[in-house]
Amino acid sequence: MSRRPSTERSAGKTFPKLLAERAAETPKGVALQEKLYGIWQPITWEEYAARVRDFAHGLASLGIKRGDIIAVLGDNRPEWLIAELAAQSIGAAVVGIYPTSLDEEIVHIVTVADARVVVAEDQEQVDKLQKVKPQLPHLETVAYYDPHGLETYDEPWLVEFTGIEERGRAWAQDHEGWFEVEVEKGQPDDIAVVCTTSGTTSKPKLGQLTHRNLLSMADNLTSVDPLDSKDRFVSFLPLAWIGEQMIAVACGLSHGMTLSFPEDAATQRSDMREIGPHVMFSPPRIWESMLSEVQVRIDEAGWLKRRIFGIGYDIGDRTAERRVRGERIGIGSRVLAKVADWVALRPVRDQLGLARIQRCYTGGAPLGPDVFRFFHAIGVNLKQIYGQTEICGIAVLHHDDDVRFHSVGVPIPETDLKISDSGEILLRSPSVFVGYVGNETATAEAIDDDGWLHTGDAGYLDDGQLVVIDRAKDVLTSKDGTRFSSAFIENKLKFSPYVEEAVVFGTDEITAMITIDAMTVGSWAENEHLTYTTYTDLAAKTEVYDLVIDEVHRANADLPDAIKVKRFLLLFKQLDPDDDEITRTRKVRRNVIAERYAELISALERGEESVSITNTVTYQDGTSVERTINLKIRDLEGYVPPKHKKQRPVWSGRR
Amino acid sequence: MLTRAYRFSLNSSRVPAGEPLLEIRDVSLRFGGIRALTDISFTVTQGHVHAVIGPNGAGKSSLLNCTSGLYKPQEGHILLHTRDKEGDGGHSHDLVKSPPHRIARLGVARSFQNIELFSHLTVLENLMLGRHIHMNHRLLPAMLWFGPARKQEVRHREYVEEVIDLLQLQAYRHHHVGSLAYGIQKRVELGRALCVEPSLLLLDEPMAGMNAEEKEDMARYILDVNELRGVTVMLIEHDMGVVMDISDRVSVLDFGKLIGDGTPDEVRGNQAVVEAYLGADA
Repeated sequence: MSRRPSTERSAGKTFPKLLAERAAETPKGVALQEKLYGIWQPITWEEYAARVRDFAHGLASLGIKRGDIIAVLGDNRPEWLIAELAAQSIGAAVVGIYPTSLDEEIVHIVTVADARVVVAEDQEQVDKLQKVKPQLPHLETVAYYDPHGLETYDEPWLVEFTGIEERGRAWAQDHEGWFEVEVEKGQPDDIAVVCTTSGTTSKPKLGQLTHRNLLSMADNLTSVDPLDSKDRFVSFLPLAWIGEQMIAVACGLSHGMTLSFPEDAATQRSDMREIGPHVMFSPPRIWESMLSEVQVRIDEAGWLKRRIFGIGYDIGDRTAERRVRGERIGIGSRVLAKVADWVALRPVRDQLGLARIQRCYTGGAPLGPDVFRFFHAIGVNLKQIYGQTEICGIAVLHHDDDVRFHSVGVPIPETDLKISDSGEILLRSPSVFVGYVGNETATAEAIDDDGWLHTGDAGYLDDGQLVVIDRAKDVLTSKDGTRFSSAFIENKLKFSPYVEEAVVFGTDEITAMITIDAMTVGSWAENEHLTYTTYTDLAAKTEVYDLVIDEVHRANADLPDAIKVKRFLLLFKQLDPDDDEITRTRKVRRNVIAERYAELISALERGEESVSITNTVTYQDGTSVERTINLKIRDLEGYVPPKHKKQRPVWSGRR
Repeated sequence: MLTRAYRFSLNSSRVPAGEPLLEIRDVSLRFGGIRALTDISFTVTQGHVHAVIGPNGAGKSSLLNCTSGLYKPQEGHILLHTRDKEGDGGHSHDLVKSPPHRIARLGVARSFQNIELFSHLTVLENLMLGRHIHMNHRLLPAMLWFGPARKQEVRHREYVEEVIDLLQLQAYRHHHVGSLAYGIQKRVELGRALCVEPSLLLLDEPMAGMNAEEKEDMARYILDVNELRGVTVMLIEHDMGVVMDISDRVSVLDFGKLIGDGTPDEVRGNQAVVEAYLGADA
């Protein structure tokens, strides 16, 4: 495999070496902070390094050696990173497990990684591990860091996180200087992090990333978008996800950013507003939910506020259009934009916790162009990142003065891009991973002999910018021969505030299965004095169908004739990761949907007026009941939206 | 270093688990000619969840009100046992003869059937009020908020934050209580009672008006408070499923009389209880 020399900033470095550097340079600087007792409690670089050292010694005393992998199962907390850095300090690697994972996924990951130590967060995670422990004979120790509720557990394999740190301190007394030698022994080509691939089609594969992979990615990313040690970052997405590792760990350690961890899942938004991060990287669902939050809240505001925001938004939208094309903005427009920003747009950014934001990224899945446009209009510099776990999450990026909403931008430095003869996107950079754990065949399929990573995505170049169509195997051809992706149509539909998820089927006649957004449709129904009981009840209302058909019609307006949505139905439930219908990162599992809802899909195809489905509901107390549900199917053939209806603005759910 | 383990004990009673904490002896309460309670006697043991059940108007709330000092029964004694430190002989206080503020100082904390919070104060302020009984700074430092007054408030806030963490109220800390959902308000009430640092926690229908999921949450919190933090709980509840699941001991009242007292299984098999609930023919 050919590798070019990496940039000088991180040449020869590893994460533990960078941590030692940070601790020496700014021992009193704040590395991590977490809210305890209602107050942000800082952990300085010095304390961070000391805790990593203790935990590393503790791991060593448990017999963890160079080349081993430990697993972490829990929400983002300082202990997550302490465990990660401690493992890396002694030459081991870390694999993150999504905290929402269920038994089978946990067993799969822990088994493949052969992890002898799992760091778990709290009682909830320990209970899960306790249940699957018999299937994991090699698992020796589980360390937990939130002791509440675990006081009465007396399993011998269960240890408190601080207990391991204490053990480490005792162990260190006979091993003077051992830690420094171990850190020094660490090489950039050692495995640092094992990241799970999202696995929409199969069980997750475990991609191994080296220190060099991650740090060269961080260098190349920050050479385009510089970061500063004063920058703040709120770490709320799972650290098991490459995107979070990329910014929080790789960029965080190489630039000395301060990471903040939210107090609780329920306080994420308000914590983010308190911190006011400078940089953010989230998958599309976060941006989509922010947009629908704005829509709901603006609709609850009085007419004056709505009016002012409407005017401000239009000005912001016009300015953004010029800015993202890199055009000059005249002095008059600039003054006007400033006023609009102060009066209408900045307060909205502040509510979203984006008041200080300099750059934010979306990645992991495509984001609808209209959502993009909304964020640029309110003055948020949102950019697309394109990459896979296998290339440290990023290979292609929008540049500040050239954000085209349909493209994903241009490759970051040191990254080669080409389109294969079959239309597949191929990438090559120092960040290309070294292989999957225990899966040579899959590794050989992913990286060829020249070091090109086969992404499995279909795309093309448009004026030097990469446009991604979809997963190569998901690219379809319509009856008039145009290549299209169902995701593109789905995103058009999902731009509606009322649509949470959409899955489209067919190539000749496009049909769609839509799930409504409970929050926005709920508040719309309230506003319309429409009574409903459950989600199922709401989704079956004729009025809701009337509402959604309008939205589908609107999405159709932007689509070529051949791929306009012909028919749709509203599903009686939301797609749920616990039902395997959607991944933990909220990507739709098409094969599961196609199997489970086969009756619905064929009824859509045949163009029937309604379809019934039997569905088993399991209640929380464990009892289950079978029920038959009738779903209407709506046809858009000849649909004309009622005349009196005004077009609703992007930022509002109301007309 | 700040660890995640709690630093404060929520339970202020030093009576060892398994020993009697509250003894109700021959209590009778009359309102004019109406006999609300007649010769009630039972014992609440330290470390237990003790449920008081009975049909409407059986006198459950009256009994709780006697214990917290709101009503004064005409006859009988309600003895609360306390210890100054582990191992000493201990004292008994007759709650019938004590004014409510003294009873509160002995650590008897309660929640109400209808929510009795300050709806225009925030969750945090309501909980801090629960700590008020333990604040003892003088007027001037308190007004100027310096020195000991300030230190004390910080200390009490730490205690309150542990209660917030235990009951997962973080997201509502600065919300006005009046704007919160009913289920959350009930949780705040429980929180305020815990902030008193109770030796005995009295809960009057903590799950009334809740849906199944909220009830399950509340039951979980009550069990956490009892099992993990050692607080003795005496509660009134109508939902038999919940009562039988979480209680160590159940006392049954009917028309002001005690008709059953024992473990949930014993009470379930008690003929008098079945009759009171299902009618004599059942």
